[in-house]
Formats: sequence, structure tokens, C-alpha cells
Amino acid sequence: MGLMVASVIALASWGLRLGVDFRGGTEMELTITPRPAAADLTATVTGVAGAELKDATISLAGADGIVIRSATLTEEQHQAVLKAIEAAYPKTTITETSFNSIGPVIGSELKSSAISAIVYALLAIAIYIAIVFRGMRRTMSWWVMSFATMVALAHDVLLPLGVFALLGRTQGVEIGAVFVAAILTIMGYSISDTVVVFDRVRENIVKGRLGRNVSFAEVVHQSIMQTLVRSINTNITVLISLIAIFFFGGASIKYFALALIVGIFSGAYSSIFVASPLLVWMGRRRV
Amino acid sequence: MSRNAKILTAVVLISLALFVFVAPQWVNKIPKVHVPVVPFRLGLDLLGGAHLVYQADFTGLQDVSQPDAMQGIRDVVERRINFFGVAEPVVQVSGTDRLIVEIAGVTDVNQAIQLIGETPYLEFKDGGNTTDLTSWQSTGLTGKDVKKASLTFNAQNQPQVSLQLTDAGAKLFAAITQRDLGKPVAIFLDGAPISIPTVQSQITDGNAVITGSFTPTEAKTLATRLNSGALPVPIKLIAQQTVGSQLGAASLRDSLKAGIWGLVLVALFMIVFYRLPGLTAVLALGVYTLIVLAVYKFLPVTLSLAGIAGFVLSLGMAVDANILIFARMKEELAAQRTLSQAMHEGFSRAWLSIRDSHVTTLIAAAILYLFTTSIVRGFALTLGIGVITSLITATIVTRSILYTLTGPWSQRHLWLFR
Repeated sequence: MGLMVASVIALASWGLRLGVDFRGGTEMELTITPRPAAADLTATVTGVAGAELKDATISLAGADGIVIRSATLTEEQHQAVLKAIEAAYPKTTITETSFNSIGPVIGSELKSSAISAIVYALLAIAIYIAIVFRGMRRTMSWWVMSFATMVALAHDVLLPLGVFALLGRTQGVEIGAVFVAAILTIMGYSISDTVVVFDRVRENIVKGRLGRNVSFAEVVHQSIMQTLVRSINTNITVLISLIAIFFFGGASIKYFALALIVGIFSGAYSSIFVASPLLVWMGRRRV
Repeated sequence: MSRNAKILTAVVLISLALFVFVAPQWVNKIPKVHVPVVPFRLGLDLLGGAHLVYQADFTGLQDVSQPDAMQGIRDVVERRINFFGVAEPVVQVSGTDRLIVEIAGVTDVNQAIQLIGETPYLEFKDGGNTTDLTSWQSTGLTGKDVKKASLTFNAQNQPQVSLQLTDAGAKLFAAITQRDLGKPVAIFLDGAPISIPTVQSQITDGNAVITGSFTPTEAKTLATRLNSGALPVPIKLIAQQTVGSQLGAASLRDSLKAGIWGLVLVALFMIVFYRLPGLTAVLALGVYTLIVLAVYKFLPVTLSLAGIAGFVLSLGMAVDANILIFARMKEELAAQRTLSQAMHEGFSRAWLSIRDSHVTTLIAAAILYLFTTSIVRGFALTLGIGVITSLITATIVTRSILYTLTGPWSQRHLWLFR
């Protein structure tokens, strides 16, 4: 719970650093060998004609890379900036590695479609869980499992959001459309993890495997113990795959992998320490 | 042959066939064997290239419906790009007024943008004067009415562009020239006037001439552009994402590395922890990878960085399904059941959990697919394909391998299964 609170605070105070995908704007990545000083580069770029370039910022990346960020540029301005840099540093080799320019309209569209995607996913999953676990009616009202799952979900989503709020503040890491993909995946995984525990609870109740007159709390506890090993193992394998991506995959995918690692890790944690206690708390006493 | 053995044989044969489809380069190393190579479709962030979004401006649209105008723009831009010689460009209408263009493997994106952007928007306007350019009114005669443009020379050997109008255009032009007899008519190209001739006589045959101080090259370029298509409405570039080809190649290398390492590490873990069943899971994983890769080639699925991440993730889920089964088996063995009972229980009991966990991930993937575009969509697609395939392999493949490999002898060597 503590972590969740910390995340909410981090989010509230720092907010997430929205990338070009959502804000609109232009991001240009170049490699310049040998690389001139950042102050120098900033002067060159802001000197190019156009109001959008007055507030352009330059950050350094790696040994000889730079990232230029500004408001949305037209193609002409894009070329003008490139020419200005080439003219200012004639003895260097300059390559443009990537260029992203998103108009503000598309940026805000992306933002709203990202939010709707998340909302719809939540709804769909809540309904699915309620339907699948409806046989538990004797022990709890039908919406309880959905609710517990949703809270666990909120926990799982808040944690990576908090981490990225922190990273945004300290290292200027921005989130793009791919981050939304990460969040939705975390949601899928978190649910599937929680479902496995609940599944076991259901089985233990329906098949009466733990004997009669067992308290609900005891059933949940036993179910968790029974599924613990499997849960840990599954998460280890998924985390192994993700760590492989984090270390070996390209730079652009690194933070995506990080978001997933945090989210899935918290997913495992939440199934045991968030969803299940909630279930007991809200369910009825006896089986 | 027992039923399981039959299934297993089928699985092995199918796997071999898939292997040939997926990795023909390796198969071709056998002398005298030649299998046609179908390459994987790689996305922009792996090949390098550009993703462009254009918005159409419908103000001033006459005579043509918006969907038709969008189709017209689409056709014109595609013809433009084909001039440029890009392999398999993607040009599609998106929504009601947007056009998405994806060109892969292009080294000079700026040139391509210039080419598309300069698709000329030609308008004939009248009723204005040379001092105030905004005084001109659109007559409704635009580039869409131009059937053919060519470079010609007038009597003084000056280059000019002669236009042959369509029938509808000719009628409209006849009306304009009659109305504006003796008055100037302005020919605007992309919002700037290129020629303001005075109408000498009514022109009914639909032939018009644009004169100006062109060099022959300029006149020729204008004619070519007009010929390759004039846009029914102007378009504006509202979003651009470009990936240089070096970054693309580096990303490809990195993601392959990540994928292979992921596979290796997971396989090791499975064998160490689950022993013989772990080994069958690894084999099942191999079949899984083959099936998934074959589907990617077959559909085809455009693989982006995020797409490959989706694949690696779905690998984790595929393993998860197997783990669910084996964990159950271990439990049953610990409860002193026989091996065949344990295996049976393992598969049947685990099925519900497998189903639920896979379906919820599938829901997330489906929503991602419906709500996002290109790159993120690729991730959703590969994840979805992976999850569905995992449902199949975990049940059919793992089961058949395990059942075929075990027999009465296994009861004496339970250590292999714990």
C-alpha cells in the first residue's frame, strides 16, 4: 500500500512527462561527430528563423547524439534547421537518425484515444471476471471479485506510472504511444495473475476440497499458498523475457520494457497482497 | 500407434514444414535444394523510412463528395510515390479527411515529402486584380479538370504549358471565357498566381495555355506534375515520423538478440525447474515459435520493434500455460497420485486458469488493436497471435509430447517429474 501512496504522490506532484506523441511538437535526433558543445548547438538552432524554434531545447544522448525538441515544425523549418547545423559545423559528419513531428491536433487525439482504450479495457475485463466467477454467489456478491481485481489493477497501473513520473522528473524520460501499450499489457497480465488465485479459491470452495466449515479467510489463504509457486515461476519467466529486452533490445524499447517489468512485478505482488485480502474483507464468513 | 503418438507425429511433420517456410535460407544450404524465400515484412522502425499523415482541406470543395475527393488524393499521391520507386508503399485514407503514407527504406525522406507535397493544386480564378491577390474568386475550374498538360513552344520559341481540359472542364472553361471576355483570369498554383492572362476570345475546345517566364525545364516540370495528377483539394502535412536506416538496422539487430536471449534463458529455467516436463515445454516452445513466425510470414504481419516485444512477451505467456499444467502435476504427485493420474489432472484442472488468463490478455490486446495505430497496433497483433497460438500449443503439443514420452516405466522414475 505504501508504494501505491508514494506513486500517487509522485504522479500528483510531478505529473508524467508527456512525449511528443501526446503533446504534439517536434523531436529531431542527430548524430554529430565530433559533437560540439550543447550551448553552441542551442544557439545555432534557436537562431533559425521561426517562432517555433525560439524555445527549442537540446539534450545530449550517448557519445555523439543530440536530441532537439521544439514546437511542431514544418518540413521547410526542419530542413532549415539541418542546413543551419551543417553550415555552422562544416568539419563534422552529421546524420539524422530519426525525426518525429506531430501536429497538436493529432497529439491530443492520441491522448484521448489512449484514455478511452484504457477505460474500455477496464470495463471489458470487469465484465468478463464478473461473468466467469458468478458461480461464487453463495460466498460473495457477484461484483466483489471484479472490484477486488480492479483495485489490484489500479495498484499495478499506478506503480509504473509513479516510476515514470519519477524518471520524467529526474532523467527527462518521456512517455509515448508505446507506453499506453505497456499499460494495457500490464492490465492484461495483472488480471490473469489475479484470476489464477481466484480460480483456485473458486475451485476450493466449489469442490469442498478443504473440508466443511472452513472460514473464507482460510480458503483464500490456502489458495494463495497453493498457487504461490506457480505464480512466482510464471512471473520469473515473463520477467526473464523482459529483462532480455531491456538489456539487449534497442534504446527505444528500453523504457517500454522497464514499464512492463515494474508493472508485472507489481502484478504478482498485488494478486497476493491486495486482491486477496480485499476479497476476504468483502466476502462472507463461511464457505 | 496410440492416439497421442499419432498427434505427435502430425505435430513433428507440421513443424518441419513450417521450418522450411520460416527459414528457407537455412534449408537452401542443402545442395540442390531450392525453396522460394518469402521475406518477413519489417516495419518502418526496423527498415528505416517515414510515416506521414496528411490532412485534406475541404473548404472550397465543389462538385465532388468528400469520400471521392479522398480517393482522388489517395490515387494521386500513390502515383507520385511510385515515381519515386519505393517498394510497397502504403497510402491509405484514414477517417474522413486524413491520408496516411508510409514509405519504407527511403534514404532521403525530405525528397519524398517534397515530391508528395508539391503535387500541384491548380485553380482558375477570376474577378480580381493584380494588386490584391485575395480579390480573386475561385471559378470552380481546378486541376481535376485537366486531362493532359504538355510542354509547347509559342511562335517566339518561348516555353509554355498547354492544357487539354476534360469535357466538363471544357464546358466550364467556355462559360468562364465568355463571362470574362477582355478581362484577366488568374491561374493559381498552390495558392500563388503563376499566370494572369487576359481572355482574348471564348475558348470552347477546352484547350488552354499557361504562359509565363518559364525556363524550358520549369515548364516541363510543371507539365509533368500536372500530368501525374492534380489534387482535387490541398493537403497539409500534420505529422511525420522518420527513422533513419542505420537506426533501423541497429534496432533490428538488437531485437533479434533480445529475442534469442529471451528464448535461451527461459528454456534453461524451465529445464532446471521442471526437469522432464520442462524439457517437453521447451520443445513445445520451439513448435510455438515456428507456428508464430509462420503466421507472421503468412498473413503477413509487419514487424516493428514493439511487435517483436509483443512476441517476446507472448513467449512468456506460452511458458506460463505450461507452468500452470506442471505445477498442477507436481501437486497431484505430491498427493501421492500415480503419474498418469497426475498428468491427467494437471491438464484438465489447469485448463480453466489457462483459459481465463489468456482471454484477459487477449481482451487487452484486442482493445489495443482497435484503438491505436500502426506501431502500437503491431504490438497488439503479435501479442494476440502469440496468445492464441499459446492456447493451442500448451494443450495439444505439450500434451502429446508428454503422453508419448511417458509410459509405465515413468512411474519408477518420478524424480524426473518432480
